[in-house]
Amino acid sequence: MAIAKVCGIETEYGIHHVGGDGNPVSSSSLLVNAYVSDLARVGWDFEDESPGNDARGFAREGAMPPEIETHLVNAVLTNGARYYVDHAHPEFSSPECIDALEALRFDKAGEEVLRRSMTAVNRLLPEGQRIVIYKNNSDGKGNSYGTHENYLMDRAVPFTRITQQITPHFATRQVFCGAGKVGTETPAARGRGITYQLSQRAEFFEEEIGLETTLKRPIVNTRDEPHADPQRYRRLHVIVGDANLAEVATFLKVGTTALVLALIEDEAFGTVDLTLANPVQAIRAVSYDPTLATTVDLAGGRTITAVEIQWELLGLARKYADDHGLDCVGGETVGREVLRRWEEVLHGLELDPAEVAGQVDWAAKLQLLEAYRERHGLDWDDHRLAAVDLQYHDLRPERSLFARLDTEQLVTPEEVRTAVTEPPRTTRAYFRGQCLKRWASSVASANWDSIVFDLGTDPLRRVPMMDPLRGTADHVEELLAGSASPSDLLARLSG
Amino acid sequence: MAEQEKKKRTATVREEKEKEEEAPAASAQGEKLKAELDDLLDEIDEVLEENAEEFVRNYVQKGGE
Repeated sequence: MAIAKVCGIETEYGIHHVGGDGNPVSSSSLLVNAYVSDLARVGWDFEDESPGNDARGFAREGAMPPEIETHLVNAVLTNGARYYVDHAHPEFSSPECIDALEALRFDKAGEEVLRRSMTAVNRLLPEGQRIVIYKNNSDGKGNSYGTHENYLMDRAVPFTRITQQITPHFATRQVFCGAGKVGTETPAARGRGITYQLSQRAEFFEEEIGLETTLKRPIVNTRDEPHADPQRYRRLHVIVGDANLAEVATFLKVGTTALVLALIEDEAFGTVDLTLANPVQAIRAVSYDPTLATTVDLAGGRTITAVEIQWELLGLARKYADDHGLDCVGGETVGREVLRRWEEVLHGLELDPAEVAGQVDWAAKLQLLEAYRERHGLDWDDHRLAAVDLQYHDLRPERSLFARLDTEQLVTPEEVRTAVTEPPRTTRAYFRGQCLKRWASSVASANWDSIVFDLGTDPLRRVPMMDPLRGTADHVEELLAGSASPSDLLARLSG
Repeated sequence: MAEQEKKKRTATVREEKEKEEEAPAASAQGEKLKAELDDLLDEIDEVLEENAEEFVRNYVQKGGE
């Protein structure tokens, strides 16, 4: 039986500092600082970071944690998330979640954190300056920044099998979780007359597999940094997705991927082999064609569309649900909802992408662009269409074009507000978040798999959290409630 | 080969039948969105950044990840 697909989403946001000095690192620091300065701030602990480790079994020499500039703002929030400056972008890494619905809730909470940050920083900036945040993945000029997903896997599953069987999903899931983009911006795509594509990110992918994330981007990323017991667990670090605003798109991106990974873990593909003949060519070709008619070649000789590949995966997932149950993706309720919506969206895409404009970002944006284009008689290369594209992702409520669309919502504003400060109850993020809520001044630092207490007199005390499934509300709610102080908690933990 | 063809046809028929059943709800939603889109277009003209060309040109990011 597959282990629970604990999951999370990390988003690097686009940042534009109007009237600023053009240094996105300092603008991002200002932004994050403005938010966390109001909160009890706890620093991030880099002790166990090792992004140079490769899942194929070797370590890259000289690899360093990416955030070696530790003077940059780096904070842990009471909802269990990490909020910091990564390179030249503000990044919100959600806490560990138990299923797709929870991952969606915390992804939306991340947007809310960024909105509050904008409000906070714009109060501090001199007149004539403002910082604007975009939830997208490219600037339209060949620069891309990531939205990464993470899924807990059983270490025993051979990485080669994961790579082989997840790649067809990664190349084709963009039919429902692509965020849409006007035009192209890489040399490979130029000159093909492409006016609109499904994915912001697809054209940036150049390799099938690899450790890189910033150049020669691979469809399957091999970063082997489990942030958990490495004997038992692997964290699959997924860099191939777009940032979504549509709630159903985020829900399906995480839900379908968790399911396909469960299928892989439990060897439930049977004789079905969807191995692509050329995955890099396929992910781009699928993105370049919003009519969805493009076919790709399978290694076995078949020719098939992206939607047909998704139908096959859905078929396998349905059978898996009947045979194995859906405990590993958060239980029957959420799991069945993923299956139902997966089917619904594939039907809609086959009828007419406009049918899923309430669920799928690229379809919503395309419908908007087509209507705007028609009204003003614009060619596809008109700047106003590029502006509509960019402003779709603007997080300011008064400017966001996405916010003006009537897309389907799966979480309530109240649930999102709660998730801004309250951790999930279902993973170790509960313990991390609750400790910060109660005793921030005694927490010296924290990271994904440990929390370090400073009790004043004693040496610093590190509490390891090597299992993402321990430290949940079920495990520690009573313990925390019964602990009068951090030293009391530590005494109970070691007792 | 013939077996495969037959399988494919059966699948198509089944899918079309399901499609018919789902179509009304989906179309209604499509129509609703379309009507809202008209209002939205009016609004976009108001909220879209004034100088589109400059706005788009000035949005430059460093690569991340």
